[in-house]
Amino acid sequence: MNKKMHYNFLILAIISLLLGMFFGLFSGMQYMLPNFLKEMIPFSQMRELHVSMVVAWIILAATGGVYYYISKENNNGLAFPKLQRLHFILFIITGIFILISLFTKNMGGREYMTYSPYLYFPIILGWILFAINYYKTIIRKLSSWPVYLWMWMTGILFMIITYTEAHLWIFPFFRDSVIRDVTVQWKSYGAMVGSWNMLIYGTAIYLMSKIKGDDGIARGKVAFFFYFLGLTNLMFGWAHHTYIIPHDPWIRILAYGTSMTEWIIIGSMIIGWNNSLNREQKISSHAYKWLMSTDVWLFLNLVLALLISIPSINFFTHGTHITVAHSMGTTIGINTTILLASIFYIISRKCTFCMDKYKKQLNIAFWLFQISLFVFWGSLLYAGYQKGIWTKMDLPKPSFTEMHQSLMPSIHVLVTSGLLLFVSILMISVPMISVLRSQSK
Amino acid sequence: MKKIKQNKSIFIFLILLFVGYTYFVYTKGTDRINSPEMSESAIKGRTLWQENNCTACHQIYGLGGYLGPDLTNIYRKYGDGTKGFFNAGKGSMPKYTFTAEEQDNLLEFLKSVNESGNRRPDVIETWYGDLEIKGVDYE
Repeated sequence: MNKKMHYNFLILAIISLLLGMFFGLFSGMQYMLPNFLKEMIPFSQMRELHVSMVVAWIILAATGGVYYYISKENNNGLAFPKLQRLHFILFIITGIFILISLFTKNMGGREYMTYSPYLYFPIILGWILFAINYYKTIIRKLSSWPVYLWMWMTGILFMIITYTEAHLWIFPFFRDSVIRDVTVQWKSYGAMVGSWNMLIYGTAIYLMSKIKGDDGIARGKVAFFFYFLGLTNLMFGWAHHTYIIPHDPWIRILAYGTSMTEWIIIGSMIIGWNNSLNREQKISSHAYKWLMSTDVWLFLNLVLALLISIPSINFFTHGTHITVAHSMGTTIGINTTILLASIFYIISRKCTFCMDKYKKQLNIAFWLFQISLFVFWGSLLYAGYQKGIWTKMDLPKPSFTEMHQSLMPSIHVLVTSGLLLFVSILMISVPMISVLRSQSK
Repeated sequence: MKKIKQNKSIFIFLILLFVGYTYFVYTKGTDRINSPEMSESAIKGRTLWQENNCTACHQIYGLGGYLGPDLTNIYRKYGDGTKGFFNAGKGSMPKYTFTAEEQDNLLEFLKSVNESGNRRPDVIETWYGDLEIKGVDYE
């Protein structure tokens, strides 16, 4: 088994997270101080460095985890270890070119994918290599796939589809109609987030089943019901961001209907918590603790997602910081907590007590992370509320610059809590990298 | 075995729905409003928009960054005067040096975007009827 390569994915993921948060902090500073590094790295570059590195964290940590878990499930390791190595090398080279592209202002200029569109080719090749390895490694277990294997397969397949769809703008048919161009962008980005969520939520279910020692939670009817519900939302729920675009009303109607099915997930979570209160849960690993915090963030973000999917509320929240709270809440509160749990779990498989000497530091970091993220999220919601009122209410209105200035107290809180969040991640990632490096040798 | 077949059938059914829906979105779904054909100048303007990564700070129909205002209907408000902002370098905005021709192209692009619809619609169609919006100009 080429174990070292799994660890390389994870170490690179953590480095990307630290870089992403670093650039994120600087972007926040530029929000507060318009001339801060304006001539050297303007906001139009800084923001993209932040976004690219944070997405790299999510993709690399999820991919590295899935490689590790399927090689465990297969007992004999991966079907093609060399393809995994090639995949990793492709990611490294692409990452370097993305940084060069952004630093040299060679921009593709698309939201979230600002780097040169030529980088589509090595990235998609990496995903195809991943797909081949995945399929060949676990094909023998096809007749009894638990739900997480379905979710990982779906995540990989739809990453290939949606990442390709996000580049259809290179064809005039798509880019020369403003309405089609914006709609297809939202469609591909919304479904792409759903795709990496499949990889990450599959990881969460895998971890829960292994930590509890009960594979039944990944095989029952309920697990598959929620998987298909998630898949339906991935395919049709993206348009809750497009209510204001003058495309066919059917797109909005379907998105609204699909989004509302998430109430079922909320209801299920409340019932699940009620049941779990009746049972004593004495599992106290780092992985378990982070997964439990995911539950809270999942609940908060689902409520927010549901509210902003209601057209009359969406009209006030769309294009405000509430949308940012929605994306930050899910990428940090849900995705990052699951991925950190996944890395803690992988570390503990090889050495149960390796992280124990950092126990106090990790506990402080855990609570610092949760509290600072809550303040961070709250400040975005409040800034969004202020902007929503300014944008939509029939009131005497100041200029954009005056409105922007009125958001500054919220932005100050945002940047300060972002700094504390960065400190908490630093406290976790330094020991993590150190242990992962020693385990990879 | 029956369960596996059932799951596969549901998966394939959803994939087929997705393919059909995607076709609808690419064609009729986004043809409803006749977006005017972009002129050659507007196409050059869009290229400038992308090369300078304007979307990092500005939104079109709410897609983009929030440091600057949404520009979907900026042309409706300022007309040709919109050009005055391009090289101003105000606040966080970089100090660009667009030539007169480039400024014309950018303006044409923003004009096309403006003609495609209203960032702040008066009515949103929903399944429970039309949602009437009362408000003021967005910009």
